[in-house]
Amino acid sequence: MRKYIVKRILLSVLILILVAFIIYTLMRCLPTSYVESMAMQRSTTPGSKTYEEWLEQLNAQYGLDKGIIQGFLAWCAQAVRGNFGDSWKFTVPVIEKFFEVIPVSFAMAGIAFVLELAIAIPLGVIAAVRQYSKTDYAITTVSLIGMSLPAFFFAALLKLVFSVKLGWFDLTGLVGRNYAQLDSWGKFWDMAHHLVLPILTLVIVAIGSLMRYTRTNMLEVLNSDYIRTARAKGLSENKVIYHHAFRNTLIPLVTIIGSSLPGLFSGALITETLFSIPGIGYISYQAMVAGDIPFSMFFMCFIAVLTLVCNLLTDIMYAVVDPRVRVAA
Amino acid sequence: MSEKNLKTPDTEASSSTEYSLNDDRRVRVLTPGAMVAKRFFRNRLALVGMVMLIAMFLFSFVGGFISPYDENQQFYTYEYQSKQYAGVVRNDDFRYLVADDQEFGSTTQAYFLLYYNNTSGEEDFSFEDKDIAYDAVFEGTDFYSVYSDGTLLAMAFKDIVNSDDTDLSFLVKWGALKAYTNGETSFEAEGTDYTMDEDGNIGLADGTIVGYISRFVVTATENGVAISRQFKEELDEAITNDETEFVFTDEDGTTSTYEVSYEAFTDSWTVNQETETYVYDSYASPSRAHWLGTDRNGMDMLTRLMYGGRVSLVIGFIVVFIAGLLGIILGGISGYFGGWVDNLIMRIVDVFWCIPSTPLMIILGAAMDAMNVDPQIRMLYLMLLLGFLSWPSVARLVRGQILSLREQEFMAAAEACGIRSSRRIFRHLIPNVMPQLIVSCTMMLGSTIITEATLSFLGLGVKFPFASWGNIINDVNSTYVMTNYWFIWIPAGVCLLITVLGFNFVGDGLRDAFDPKMKR
Repeated sequence: MRKYIVKRILLSVLILILVAFIIYTLMRCLPTSYVESMAMQRSTTPGSKTYEEWLEQLNAQYGLDKGIIQGFLAWCAQAVRGNFGDSWKFTVPVIEKFFEVIPVSFAMAGIAFVLELAIAIPLGVIAAVRQYSKTDYAITTVSLIGMSLPAFFFAALLKLVFSVKLGWFDLTGLVGRNYAQLDSWGKFWDMAHHLVLPILTLVIVAIGSLMRYTRTNMLEVLNSDYIRTARAKGLSENKVIYHHAFRNTLIPLVTIIGSSLPGLFSGALITETLFSIPGIGYISYQAMVAGDIPFSMFFMCFIAVLTLVCNLLTDIMYAVVDPRVRVAA
Repeated sequence: MSEKNLKTPDTEASSSTEYSLNDDRRVRVLTPGAMVAKRFFRNRLALVGMVMLIAMFLFSFVGGFISPYDENQQFYTYEYQSKQYAGVVRNDDFRYLVADDQEFGSTTQAYFLLYYNNTSGEEDFSFEDKDIAYDAVFEGTDFYSVYSDGTLLAMAFKDIVNSDDTDLSFLVKWGALKAYTNGETSFEAEGTDYTMDEDGNIGLADGTIVGYISRFVVTATENGVAISRQFKEELDEAITNDETEFVFTDEDGTTSTYEVSYEAFTDSWTVNQETETYVYDSYASPSRAHWLGTDRNGMDMLTRLMYGGRVSLVIGFIVVFIAGLLGIILGGISGYFGGWVDNLIMRIVDVFWCIPSTPLMIILGAAMDAMNVDPQIRMLYLMLLLGFLSWPSVARLVRGQILSLREQEFMAAAEACGIRSSRRIFRHLIPNVMPQLIVSCTMMLGSTIITEATLSFLGLGVKFPFASWGNIINDVNSTYVMTNYWFIWIPAGVCLLITVLGFNFVGDGLRDAFDPKMKR
């Protein structure tokens, strides 16, 4: 088991380096629009150097005059020490900006995630138990609609209904206009109030696939022989479903939950942007659109690391939960 | 399974009594494909999905031909705009005109005004400037001639003489003003006889009008606009009669309505012209001509939706085709050969799996924005990139299936027959993977369409002039459009929802239909 984990970790590190290199190469091959526009802007100020001179100076300043390989090695050397450079757009160290915005994203994604699990799993189980009933059709339809709804369209609908027509929530932003005058409880409630629509969007959009997945797995388990055995023993239906069957559906659920964790952060990117919530997603979106290489690099690597860690954890969890995997490994 | 294919004797009893028990005709054989189809069409949701997809395909691909409009055809409309046309000021200050070869400087004018203010306003007076004595002679209401030593130097007046074509000489103007202020109908100047009517028109003996007198000064608001004599007359009349509106037809034959408003503060009138401006018919409400109204650029919304559907669907299919092809080839090779090949390909898959695709697409989209990539080429890049980023999931699926399939007996048989390996992979293994592949590709179509729409919505995918459901909804970014023009973005969202939902329903139905364990 330990050998397996060590092997997986080493492999993950290798993959991470490769992914970082690919991203770095891509970012370097792009026209560095941020540097160009900065140079353009500075060269128009009176008595300034020419555009070419500014470009050269800025490239040297940002380390873009080195070759891609040297540049990547330099980046790596700094990155392992936790130094990801200064963000060009926000003009503060990347890490500082990251820690400034991550709590909001984490709270938002975390609440949404818990709600998703709490809603999707029970509904999925019910749909499977009552297969082909009206309830099943209703749940299936709703979950498929949730899967088919583009987040941006759903967010726009929510805004139209709840912000414009009913006026219950603000259209965008994390805090209200009079945020500064509120006491700490008021501030908390104000933020919570502004997070309702984004969280609702996240939950509805993500809930469908989880519900489908639970249903499919539950059906598979319910058709297996040991469930027939359990029924033949004369156990009550409740005991069969919630004790015997549901436990076994947890195994595949662990996988999908693990793989959806990184998606919580990159998926929140769209939602945060739509509602202008200053979380990691929205901030990264701004940085990426502006061509801010240090911040984009950091964000992409952050997502990649998250994916790898979740994959690793999922596999280990899988081995812990399912004894058959342990034997095979 | 064999039970299902065998019609039970009692249902067929009447027609097949003469067949013996092992007669082939007693058994209705269904091919596996027919079995799948039968199960598929029994699923109500899948059928609904099918209908939705067919409807959207017809809408997108046939609709474009039926629609009377083109994708980028813009519509125009006349819009009434009230534009400031002219300003009118009533002249209440003296103006001076100096006779030919004489001098009457501004200080002298100031002295004239100073002494004038001490008089009753209707009498002669004298004044002095720089030791020269001047005599102002009252000739008529607000009209003075200024003499010095019996020579006519200048005149001071409030009613303004305007000449039509050729400039009138000092003496003609003097004569005209004198006649006008005293209510005479004719005068003589420089040996020519002129007539004068009560509107202040100066005419020659043959009736041609050479100029006119008016208290009002009309200045056009815009440069280069000549205000005609007739217009001034109409305006004069309207102001005198306290009318607020009049209609005037100019020389080009354009009839416009003019609004006259008086501003007491500046003691002036403003003339607004109501003009019809030819503009894009943007955000027109749904009507008989445009069932879903028009968008910001004045293009027919319904037609844009049809073409947008075409773009979205085509992009979806091409992306899934690229991803499917790459996935089948690499997954097939990986699963079949195993060993280091499998290891290598799976590590590549891991790397791709780790690359965050949404952020990557956003960065590349922003870069293409900066490079001003042509929208058509951009669409091509978009398809290639999306396809290239989504093959790993297909490859994983194919590999997993092949790993279990290749251990089965029919593969051992195929190997024993000496069939070469490419044929074994693509003729014997891949067809067995097909059911799973079709299901996952159908689902992938839906998610690809959403991804494309999201990117286009952010302005980083399909760009104007091409329509896509995503970039149609993009207008929602302006809160005003979101609130007031539902017909711009809700139909596009509904189309998107129906299409993706159709793909998901069908994919789901196919999964159930392909599953031999299904008991229905």
